[in-house]
Amino acid sequence: MTATLEHPSAAATATRQLLNVRNLNVSFTAGRGRPGAPNTQRYHVVKDVSLSLAAGECLAIVGESGSGKSVTARTLVGLPGGTARVQADALELAGHQVAELGERQWRQLRGREIGFVLQDALVSLDPLRPVGREIEEALRLHGWGNRRSRAAKAVELLASVGVPNPEIRARQRPDELSGGLRQRALIASAIALDPKLVIADEPTTALDVTVQAQILQLLAGMKDRGTGIVLISHDLSVVATLADQVAVMQGGAIVEQGPARRVLQDPQHEYTQALLDAVPSAHTKGTPLSKDGRARITATSRRIRTERPAEAPPVLQAEGLTKSYKGPDGVQRTVVRDVSFELGVGETLGIVGESGSGKSTTARMALAMLEPDAGRVLLDGGAWTGISTAARRSRRRLVTVVYQDPLSSFDPRWNAERILLDAISRTDFPTEAERTARAAELAGQVGLQTEHLAKHPLQLSGGQRQRLAIARALAPEPEVIVLDEAVSALDVSVQAQVLDLLSDLQQELGLSYLFISHDLGVIHHMSDRVLVMKDGLAVEQGSADQIFNSPRQPYTRELLASLPQLPSGAAATEGGLA
Amino acid sequence: MGTVDTSPGTGQETKQETENDGGSSASARGTGPDARQRRGASRRADKLPASPGLRRAGGRLLTALGVVWAAATFTFLIQALLPGDRATLLLNQLTGQVQERTAEELAPINAQYGFDDPLIVQYLRFLGDLATGNLGESYQLHKPVASVIADQIGPTILLTVASLIVAWLISVVVIVGTAKRSRPVSALASGLEAVAAGLPQYWLGVILLVVFALNLGLFPVVGGTGFAGLVLPALTLGIPLAGFLGQVTRTEFEKAMDQPFALSARMRGMGDTGVRVRHVLRHSVLPGVTLSGWALGSLFSGAVIAESIFSRPGLGKILVTAVNSRDLPVVCGIVILVAAIYVVANLLVDLAYTLIDPRLKNS
Repeated sequence: MTATLEHPSAAATATRQLLNVRNLNVSFTAGRGRPGAPNTQRYHVVKDVSLSLAAGECLAIVGESGSGKSVTARTLVGLPGGTARVQADALELAGHQVAELGERQWRQLRGREIGFVLQDALVSLDPLRPVGREIEEALRLHGWGNRRSRAAKAVELLASVGVPNPEIRARQRPDELSGGLRQRALIASAIALDPKLVIADEPTTALDVTVQAQILQLLAGMKDRGTGIVLISHDLSVVATLADQVAVMQGGAIVEQGPARRVLQDPQHEYTQALLDAVPSAHTKGTPLSKDGRARITATSRRIRTERPAEAPPVLQAEGLTKSYKGPDGVQRTVVRDVSFELGVGETLGIVGESGSGKSTTARMALAMLEPDAGRVLLDGGAWTGISTAARRSRRRLVTVVYQDPLSSFDPRWNAERILLDAISRTDFPTEAERTARAAELAGQVGLQTEHLAKHPLQLSGGQRQRLAIARALAPEPEVIVLDEAVSALDVSVQAQVLDLLSDLQQELGLSYLFISHDLGVIHHMSDRVLVMKDGLAVEQGSADQIFNSPRQPYTRELLASLPQLPSGAAATEGGLA
Repeated sequence: MGTVDTSPGTGQETKQETENDGGSSASARGTGPDARQRRGASRRADKLPASPGLRRAGGRLLTALGVVWAAATFTFLIQALLPGDRATLLLNQLTGQVQERTAEELAPINAQYGFDDPLIVQYLRFLGDLATGNLGESYQLHKPVASVIADQIGPTILLTVASLIVAWLISVVVIVGTAKRSRPVSALASGLEAVAAGLPQYWLGVILLVVFALNLGLFPVVGGTGFAGLVLPALTLGIPLAGFLGQVTRTEFEKAMDQPFALSARMRGMGDTGVRVRHVLRHSVLPGVTLSGWALGSLFSGAVIAESIFSRPGLGKILVTAVNSRDLPVVCGIVILVAAIYVVANLLVDLAYTLIDPRLKNS
């Protein structure tokens, strides 16, 4: 029961090897049976994973949800969770053999030798406590200093991760800080004792692109100072900016591993290739992203989207939209100020901006779910806002919407078919048989099988749910679909399929899309024209190519510069560090 | 009509004092130079622009006063409108005989208590008396109700607070120890909580008395006011409440254990117990705190059971005697007091809310 750890072996210190994992296997018991009971089933979620990392390097583990990358990361700090059974030929961390460690010894390693950064500091830091307390706690747990020196050190650490006014920030709770500041605070709590190894599990997911760039820079700085970083991510462009080594995981196993530049520019495994192809960007414009998409429609049959006639008649026009709200402190805030745009028939207008830029409020006014304080929206040249709900009702079906998380907009007790039937007009399809046929037709249009129609929303995968939401939006035969972060919660390969589907539907049905996203790559891939928003203002508006290739406004340039780039095959730029 | 004129003024005094010192019953009378000075102080404060927080606090106090006023009005109406002549009742109690009385016999009593006045006059006088802390006189004990209550309130408050503490201690220990552990452990604990919540207090009290006082002799059979005499009554009231608290806390606790901040703390090197006590517990107590506001009032009225089983002094016994002998002023006084305690308890709950979850301050 000794609580001390043996000293790091001399050999390991010499090679500065921080991580040596050979044939790691993790399995979980599922079901309600007791462990070892005959009816229990073991799920093998990490299979023969081998990893290594030297000081001052970054190893990225890439994969989609369910690939086992997070379980792998947690196993590295001895917290795989639940009923996990861990086996490995070698499990060496920061010079310690950790395979046989007891809980007390693990606790000495965590925080001191290994720092762990989770995503979304709003919930990864205790939401009821000031962030300074969380950092002090990391110090206290390892017996560092006294109360006063810990408080001082916490402020110092906040300053070192680039938090301005650290004395004030230390006393604020995560919900009182911006997304970037609280993520920095979370990182400060993980690196408080200067661990040799930092594991970051999706550290920039849910952050705005400019903030993401700052956090990546912070991590790069730590790497330069000799910290080893294990970066877990689903985002290949984030990985490209930071990683020296990349391991691609699929179904619990590593399918490809090697130097970052080699893996990202010359992928050997077809899964890696598919992942890279699925990333929407400037280069993918007008081409399908997913394999299925390519099989169904060849690139040549696609309309060349940049050559759209500019004089397409507008279906939706917004003129000088303004909306303000009164905050809890009684101060009036203008969230959207004088925003105007036009959406042509069969066109996609991308609205891009960071959180709080007013893009979702603009979308709600375009949907006439929210009355603007000033300005108006016209639909097919007729008034769309500023009229009574009754006057709008007959045309309500012309504008529909798909949200980021459709689950909350489905009745969980209805199956997919009933959800669709509910959205089908009883005037257009008077008989039961006609409506059922229409539901089947809609399901076919979005690539759902007959078997999916009998399922409930919770039994569908994220991609299938989003397809169902799209089918429901199509049901009333709209002219315009507002897509509010509609693909933001999806894995990259699923996102690719849904984006392909949206492109196909637009072409078949002549739909107009108001496409709202924080993801510049997605916006560039999908949009004919782009509206850039910041702090409620329309900063810049123009064709997608103009906005992305020759932005006029400083803010647009800043936004584009923050975007992590994949090294593109031939045009190999500076790989590694950006 | 003199009392009518003074009542708004005194009412305001009481309100301001509650604002100043949390409405302790000792200073609620609101007389003397001290009170006048304070009134002046808060009048000056009125001229300052009120912050939203202050306005909210003021609103809450007004609501609280409204609740007490409603309870008082209700008890007044019961006294005045219930069948049976109050003068007859009083006279019968005085003489110890139950019989019809003649008008001549009743006249002096009606005059003394003002039972002949119009109802509205009686009501306003009642409110005026209430505002000055005068709850009337007991028909049976011939003492002011306020002093009857004041004599006996101490042991009851002690018992109530002790029961609440016992309930919290039990439920927190059980939750921290068993929530989100292996299935059999948490299922067993959760089952025990359900059973505890369903235990009738009088049955539990008798069992505790028989086992721990009579058979084992660990505690006195007739509870005095000392600590040893407090244990069994507090357990009698506290164990069922612990069951309720445990049930509302457990779900929240298990939810909080799954939150990323709990994992974050583990990854800093904190142990499982540390995470439970230092992080998760605080996230799970809000529903229990809400319940405690209700429980404090309910324990106060439930104290009668524990007091009679363990022969403790306290308001419970007074209430039982008063109900049996139809001593209406005492019953009404206790009802108003319990209403006031509910109100104070809920103000404390609101205060505790923002201490536990500071985010609520802004919403």
